[in-house]
Amino acid sequence: MHDDDQPAGSPRRAAGELEAAALAVLQASSSALTPGQVLDRLGGGLAYTTVVTILSRLHAKGVLTRLRSGRAYSYAPVADEPGLAALRMRGVLDSEADREAVLSRFVSELSPADENLLRRVLADPGSGG
Amino acid sequence: MHVFVWLPLVIPAIAALAARPLAELLPPRTATWLLAASAVILAVASCGALGVLALAAAVHIPFVAAAAGMSVRSVNSSDPASLPLGVLAGALLAAATIAAVRAAWLRTTALVTAHQQNRQLASASQVTEATEAVVVQDDGVDAYTVPGWPSRIIVTSGMLAALTPAEREVLLAHERTHAGSRHHLFAAVARLAAAANPLLGPLATAIGYSVERWADERAAAAAGSRPLAARTIAKAALAATAAPAFRAHSAVVLAALPRPSTLRRAGPVPRRVAALLGPPPRLRLVPLVLTVALVAFAGLSALEAARDLHAMIELAQSAV
Repeated sequence: MHDDDQPAGSPRRAAGELEAAALAVLQASSSALTPGQVLDRLGGGLAYTTVVTILSRLHAKGVLTRLRSGRAYSYAPVADEPGLAALRMRGVLDSEADREAVLSRFVSELSPADENLLRRVLADPGSGG
Repeated sequence: MHVFVWLPLVIPAIAALAARPLAELLPPRTATWLLAASAVILAVASCGALGVLALAAAVHIPFVAAAAGMSVRSVNSSDPASLPLGVLAGALLAAATIAAVRAAWLRTTALVTAHQQNRQLASASQVTEATEAVVVQDDGVDAYTVPGWPSRIIVTSGMLAALTPAEREVLLAHERTHAGSRHHLFAAVARLAAAANPLLGPLATAIGYSVERWADERAAAAAGSRPLAARTIAKAALAATAAPAFRAHSAVVLAALPRPSTLRRAGPVPRRVAALLGPPPRLRLVPLVLTVALVAFAGLSALEAARDLHAMIELAQSAV
C-alpha cells in the first residue's frame, strides 16, 4: 500500500503499518480472505509467510476472526469499529517520520536498571516467581 | 564587536546544564512554561547573534560595503571583525534555519496526520464527539493520547487488565491532562528550538519530562492520592516491560523511596514515581528568578549586539 516510495533494502516498515494495511484490505472486502488473497491485494513484494504472520497476529489480538476454508484459514475483521479504527490509526501514526510528536505515551520503555529500581519501589510480590 | 554577541551563544550551554535540575525542582507546570519560553528566546537570540557576526564580517567586503553605501575605511577602523569567523557564523545560521524549517515541516505534517486520523476515528460508529477514550483489543500494555481537535485517548485492553479501576482513573486523568493542556504544542516548540540550536536539546528533553510530571500531578490531584498515582505509573511501566505473569498481581504495595543517588542515573519513569512519592512540588523563587534573568540577559545581549552593528553601519554610511 505504502510500498511505492520504499526502495529495496530500505528500513523495514513498522509492524503496525503492515498490520494496518492488511486490516484495511480485509475491511474493504465484502467477504473473508485467505492470506494469498490478502497478499495479492497488498502487493509490494511481501512474502506469503509475512502475510500469514501478520494475519495470525491480528487474530491473536482479537481484531480478526478466522474461518476454515479448505486447507487454509480465511480471515475477516470482527465488528468492533472504534477499536479497529484506533488500531488502524496507530498503524498510520507509527509510519510518521516524527512519530514521537503525535504519541505521548503514558509510560516510556524501561531499561533493565529502571525495571529493577521500580520492582524494589513496588515491593512486587510477583517478582520472585 | 562587543562581548554581547558572544553571550547568546554561550548561555544556551549553561541553560542545557540547568534544564534537568529545573524540571525536577520546580512545579511541573511552571517548569514547562519556563523551559519552553527559555528555549524559544535562546534559540532566537543565538540565531540572531550568528546573524550579527555574519553581517558584521560581510560589511568588511568592499563590494558589500559599496552596495550598502558604506565607507570601508570607517568599517575597518570601527570594528575589526574576522572574515573566517563571519563565514562560520553564516554557515551555522544557514544550517540552523534549514534544520528548523525541516523540523517544523515534519512536526506539522505529523500533527495534521494525527488530527485527520482522529477525525476518521470519529466517523467509526459508536464514536462521538464526547468519546474520550477508545479501547483497542491488544494484549500489549500501552496507552497514549493522539492530539487533535478534539484529542483522543487510546488504551489497550492489556493496559486496562493490568490496572485496578482506581488506577485506570489515574491513567485517564493523566492522558486527559496531556490533551486538555495541549502538551504536544510545548513539545513541538521545544523540538523546533532544539533543531535550530542543538545546544538546547537538553531543554527539549526536560520539557518532555516536565509535561509528564504535569500530567502525573494533575492525575494524583484528581485521584486524591499521590501514592496511588505513583503506583499506577510503576505498575503500568512494569507491565509494559515485564512478562505477562506480572499483570495478574494487583496487590502491590509501595515500599522504600529510591535514594537520590540511584535516581540520578535512572530513566524518566522511576524519577516520576519517586517525585510522586516525595513531597508535593512547591514554587522555589531563586532558581526561577535566576533562570529568567539568565535568559533575559541572553535576549538583551543579542538585541544590544544588533543595535551595535546597526550603529556601526549607520556611521559607515554617513562617512562615505
